Parts: sequence; C-alpha cells; structure tokens
Amino acid sequence: MRDVNSLSSAVKMQNISKSFGGIKALDNVDISFQYHEIHALLGENGAGKSTILKILRGIHSFSNGKVLIDNNPISNLTPQNAKEYGIGMIFQEMSLVQSLTVAQNIYLGNEPKTKLGFIDDILMIKKSETIFKSMGININPKEKLNNLTTGQQQLTEIAKALSQNAKILILDEPTSALTTSEVKILFNLLIKLKSEGKCIIYVSHRMEEIFQISDKITVLRDGKLINTKKINEYNLQTLISDIMGKETKNLSDFRKKTNKKSKIILKVRNVSSLNKGGNYNFDLYKGEVLGIAGLLGSGRSRIARLLYGLETKGSGNIIFKNNNIDIKNTIDSNKYKIALVPEDRRLQGLILNHSIKSNIELPNLNNYTKYSFVSDNDSIEDTKKVIADLNIKTLDKNNLVSSLSGGNQQKVVIGKWKISDPEILILDEATAGIDIGSKGEVLDLVNSLAQEGKSIIFISSELTELLAISDRIAIVGNGQIKKIISKNDLIENKNNNVSIEQQLQFLIQTSNMNEALI
Amino acid sequence: MSIIKYYFNHFKETWRQNIIYIGFIVVFLFFAITLHDSGFLSLNNILNIGRQTAIIAIMAVAMTLVLSSGEIDLSVGSVAGLASVTTALAIKYYGIFFGISAGLCTGLIVGILNGLISTRLMVPTFLTTLAMMGIAKGVSMWISGTRSISIIEEPYTNFFGSGDFLGIPSLLFWMIIIGIIGHVIYRRTKFGRQILAVGGNVVSANYSGINTNKVKFFVLIISSLMAALAGMLYAGRLHTGRFQLGEGDELSVIAAAVLGGTSLFGGKGTVIGSIIGALMIGVINNGLILMGLEYPQQLIARGSIIILAVAISESGKNKS
Repeated sequence: MRDVNSLSSAVKMQNISKSFGGIKALDNVDISFQYHEIHALLGENGAGKSTILKILRGIHSFSNGKVLIDNNPISNLTPQNAKEYGIGMIFQEMSLVQSLTVAQNIYLGNEPKTKLGFIDDILMIKKSETIFKSMGININPKEKLNNLTTGQQQLTEIAKALSQNAKILILDEPTSALTTSEVKILFNLLIKLKSEGKCIIYVSHRMEEIFQISDKITVLRDGKLINTKKINEYNLQTLISDIMGKETKNLSDFRKKTNKKSKIILKVRNVSSLNKGGNYNFDLYKGEVLGIAGLLGSGRSRIARLLYGLETKGSGNIIFKNNNIDIKNTIDSNKYKIALVPEDRRLQGLILNHSIKSNIELPNLNNYTKYSFVSDNDSIEDTKKVIADLNIKTLDKNNLVSSLSGGNQQKVVIGKWKISDPEILILDEATAGIDIGSKGEVLDLVNSLAQEGKSIIFISSELTELLAISDRIAIVGNGQIKKIISKNDLIENKNNNVSIEQQLQFLIQTSNMNEALI
Repeated sequence: MSIIKYYFNHFKETWRQNIIYIGFIVVFLFFAITLHDSGFLSLNNILNIGRQTAIIAIMAVAMTLVLSSGEIDLSVGSVAGLASVTTALAIKYYGIFFGISAGLCTGLIVGILNGLISTRLMVPTFLTTLAMMGIAKGVSMWISGTRSISIIEEPYTNFFGSGDFLGIPSLLFWMIIIGIIGHVIYRRTKFGRQILAVGGNVVSANYSGINTNKVKFFVLIISSLMAALAGMLYAGRLHTGRFQLGEGDELSVIAAAVLGGTSLFGGKGTVIGSIIGALMIGVINNGLILMGLEYPQQLIARGSIIILAVAISESGKNKS
C-alpha cells in the first residue's frame, strides 16, 4: 500500500514529535500527503493540526522524526524555503494588503522587473490574468483588494500561492467566512487543482464539506494520529467518534442542576443584525447557564454582539424583564446590567499596559465615584477581593495585566464584571487559549455566578466544557438558533454506543448542513 | 528571586516617569555651575524663566490629557493667538468683562468644533487640529487685519500675566493653579481614569461601557480652553493681542509633555511631569541665551537636548 502511494507522495512526515514545555503537541505522528489528492486533517482544538501545519510552513522545528518532500528528506524547513519546496499556505485570516490591487498582492515581494529595474506592472497584470484564467475564475487583477468579497480575496490568496509554483496547498478553515455560492466556486477550483496534480491539505471543522470534497481523512487527537482512512470508509458517526474519542470526559463533573424553571429574564424574538442578518429566538432564565454551540461562522458570536450593543439590531425585539429594550451601544448594555467577556481578551477585554487595579475598576468607576472623585480605597478593596476570590496569581495589585498569564488575565476580565454585579453575563470563548487549571477555575466561577442568580450565556466551541457548564444548549447554524436542548434530556436519552459529546457534535453538524450543498 | 525581578521591573516602569526630575536637576545644576557668573541663579532670572515657561506649562497640562486619551491637538498655538486677538478686540470696544468672555468663548467654540469634527465626522484629531491650526490663524489675521491690538486696561494686564502678587509673578500662580486642577482631574476623578482607559485601549474601554467619544470630546474642549487662557495670558503680559502670539507653541507643548513622561500613544502620563518638562525647556532656553548662543545655535542645541532627554528616558523602558 505505502509503496504504491509513495510514487506520487508529496509530503511524508515520519515519526514526528513536538513538545511545548513538557506538553506533547505531537506524539510520533506518521502522515503522508499525496499529489492528485485532497487530504482532510481533522481534530478538536489542540489536537495537533496547527502544529503540523506550522511544521510544514517552517515555523516550528520538530524534535524527532523526518519530513520528506518529493521523497527527499528536508532538514531545515524555514518560512522562506518552504515556498521554494512548493508549499503554499492559504491563511485563515487573510494575509493580503487591503489597499493594494489584486495583481500587486499576488506578486508582493516577488514583483517582475523591467530591464531598467522598475516594477513591470503590465507584465504583472498579464501574468495574474493568466493565473486566474487557468483557475477558471474571473477576477480583475487591477481591482483594489478591499473592493473584493471575502471569497474573491480567498481566491486571490490561492492565486498568489499558485504564482509561486506551489504544488502543495494548505487551506486552514477556508470556508468559515464564505457564502454558499463562494464555497461552491472554491470547491470547483480545488477539484480542478487536484486533477492537475496538486496536493491539497484541507483543515476544517465542517464535516459536510469534508465528505463533499476530500479523498482521504486523517484524524488527530491529543497529538496522536488516530486514523488515516479513505473517505468512503467513514460516515459522520464514525468520524465524530474518531475525533472525539470513545469515552466521555468526566461525566461526573457535569453540573446536574434541578433546572427548575425560574422566571424568564430575557426574551429574544426574531432579532437580526442590520448588517449581517440572522434571525434569533430564545429565552434566558434567571440563574441558568445557556450554552451556545455552533461552528465558526455560524453566527454564534453575533448573539453576544447584538445583546451587548456592538452590532446594530435590524429587526425583532429584545425584551428584558418584560420591557422592550433597545441596546444601541455598550453604554446601554451596561445600563441594563448586561456584561460581556469578549472573544479576544487582549484586544477587547483588557488594557494590557495598565495595572490589574485599573482594569478592574474601569467598568465600576461609578461605584467608586462621589462628586466625580474616585475613592481609591474602595477600588483597591474590590481589586484585592477579586485577586483573592478568583485566585489571580500576582505579587501586587498594581502589576501590569500584560505580566499575567493568559488564564490569570481572563480572570481579571471576569473579575471586573463580577464586581459590577451584572444580571446577564455573556462569555464568548472564555477559555480559549488558557491552561487547563485556569480553565477549571473559570468554569467554577461561571457556575458560582449562576448559582448567585445571574443569567449566563456561554458561547464555546469546546463541547466538553459546554456540556459541563450549561443547563441548556442552543445550537446555532446559519444565523439562527436551530434547536435548544436541555442537558438533562441529553443525559437521560443517552445512546450507549456514543458519548454525549458525540451526540452534541452530531446535532451541531447536522444543523449546519446546508441543503444547497448536499 | 522573583521578588528581585519584580522590583527590577518596577524600577524600569517608574524610570520612564521619573527620569524627568533627575534630568531637570542635572540640567539646572549644569547651568547653575557654568553660568554662575552670568547671573543664572539670580532671583530675577529664575522668575524670568518662570514667566517664560508658565504659558507653555499651562497648555502642556491640557496636552497631557489629550495625549493620554490617545489623541493630539496641534491647534493650541494658533488658538492662543486667536484668543489674544478676540480678547484684545472685545476689551477695546466693550470692556474687560466682555474681553475675558470673548477669550474663553473662543476656546470653547474651537474645542467644540474640534470635538465634533473628530467624534462625529470621524476625522483623526491629527488632521482636525492641523486644519484648525490654519483656520484659527486665518480668522485671527482677518479680524485683526494682521495688526496688533493694544490693551491699556491695567486691571486686565495685571491679572492676566503682567502683574505680581506677593512679589511673585501672577503667571506663576496661574501655572500652579492650573497644574493642581489638572493633576487632580487626571489622577483623582472618574474622567481622568476614563481618559487613561480610552488612550490605553479604545476598544477595551468601549467594551467596558465607557462613552469613548464623549471622553475625547471633552478632552479636546479642555485643550482649546487652556490654549485660549494661554492666549489671554500672552495678551496680558505683552499688553497686546496679535495673531503671531503662540505661533509654534504646539511643538514646545508636546515636547514638554513627552519629556515629562507622557506617552505619545496614549494611556500613560503625568501632569506634574509635563510642567517640569516645560520648565526644563525654559531652563535650557534661558541657559543657552545666557551662554551667548545665537538664535540659530539655540534652535540646534535645544532640539538636540530634547532628543537626548527622550532617548535616555526611553532606554530604561522594558523592551519586551
């Protein structure tokens, strides 16, 4: 089997291991990508996918094993020479310059020159046209990039890789920001490129796409290779079980609340965003944790943005304690005691070069202010309380937040809102990028806040923690809440062959299936 | 070990904010020793330095707030000129009370315009205030016919800049009063905390429920008001209103604030540092004149010293 494949093997990774400070990100992984093939790489966050991609791009070195490209062992892969080996990366967040034209972007840093040493714009545009023609796509190379749709930008990025003669194309979640028709164009292109002999490595959480486009699937879990199989050897159920593992993780920890129906604090009715659309309907009860699950780009963060006044409501009603309210900005949301722990704590949640104290007092200044003077004593007292209660590891309240670890930084964000005593606390990916220990502490904290009677909206892509913390879970797809299930129902109706996470994953995937694509 | 590291980092943090005091003392001692015979230390000369510096220092107090909020105000110099003209004209035709009102209204109107243009039309303050610099100068040249308008009312000139009080120039009292008010607003009030938050990270400040546009709006009004006050003090000190007064002051004011430890990028600063920064520039100017340097040489020396001072203070900064 391996011998036959090796004839057209593009990249072989043999016994690759990689550790970060004692934690094994990759453990003896053996994987081989072929030409004429679309090879999907699957796994949960932290399974090791991005480590593999970073090794291929020459960003990470590896401690053990071998990488072969075209059957030649490569010892020193760097970001510069990865391109020379024919590896082209299509980034999840675009790496293009918005103010330049399409052609200038494609040849950025690689511009064709005239005899006099000036940039040959005419040749550049001609070459770009040729590439787009070969891709079967109609984009004007003279157009400024910021006039293109997200999908067209993505295609430009692929054109850029092709202009550098990439033979191995890596796509990381390429469809999360694309419309259905743009996805179709992208897939047609990928199939065309495959037939021309390219090796395509495809990373996505959307399994419908995987089944639609890929030839082979490799599943990683906890840094280990679980399986590499042809697409027709998998179905959705078996694939999910490979990705998530057999055993349910600490089911005993799952919060089994009585879930007695308390009163409704917030009703969301047919709410849409003015610019991004959607149609959301749900109720939030006092003292409950409502989990929000959904794939990247499904519109789950939009709920937070709408309720917090960061996005303008297009239509529908938000009814807070039986009053129809209008949340136009964050001043309004704070007035109604709605708080948000945002997705990006460094850019949105904290002022990094200010002290812990300054950060915690910021949304609570009114509490400390008398005749517009701030009483530092009150603010210091609260800060000390937060540091002690939330177990923030620091020597001094006046230390800069930037000196804290990710987990402790997140605790500062939650702490500042805890002091503000909100009625509704929204957390968007609150545990992303923090260590396991802090993760547990954050979940405990959320739990205790709910017990105090605060209503929590908990948005997360990690199913285990969603199941651990939520009373009910809303599944979002295509800008709508497709289904709300109570956790107790999930546990009681447990199918013995599959774990609860798998069941949830199945629900998420099926509610994101797009009829047009199937 | 981590304790030592902590205090070392703490020292590095405070270095940037405190170097100005050390620098000021060093520069002062240098001139005190080298220019001892030229009368640098005479009471008269010291008070003179105070007089020359006070007006810059008053604008630097407001500039500290502007820079700390992550914005900039380039119009302060020409607003001072404009206010000197409107004050002088109003005194000439309607008397002292209307003169003072006219000066303050000038600052208020320019501040409101700067604020509205920046927060409603979303024009960056760098451009808003750069344009306003030209507009204010144009208006003051137009309404004064580019002539100086003299002020003969002694009560006005005595109160605004010319007179002494208890043997000390009234300008110094103005500087101290504005300095104290500025320091208290900056350090002790909710508004001050909000200014720092907006300048530290405007997105996080907004996500914390702060009306960031309102903060910027009021900061720009304060800056223009202080610029107008500076213009009125110029007018009082020189017994005249003239469009050239305050010309080019925006650079000295920004230099004073940055020397004093205020970040050009927002989120950090001290009012007292800015005042000391202004005094330091004044001492340097004075010392260079006493040394007998010609004006072109003074410009070169002053520029070099400022670069050196900021470079030294930045060197202690945590590189990570």
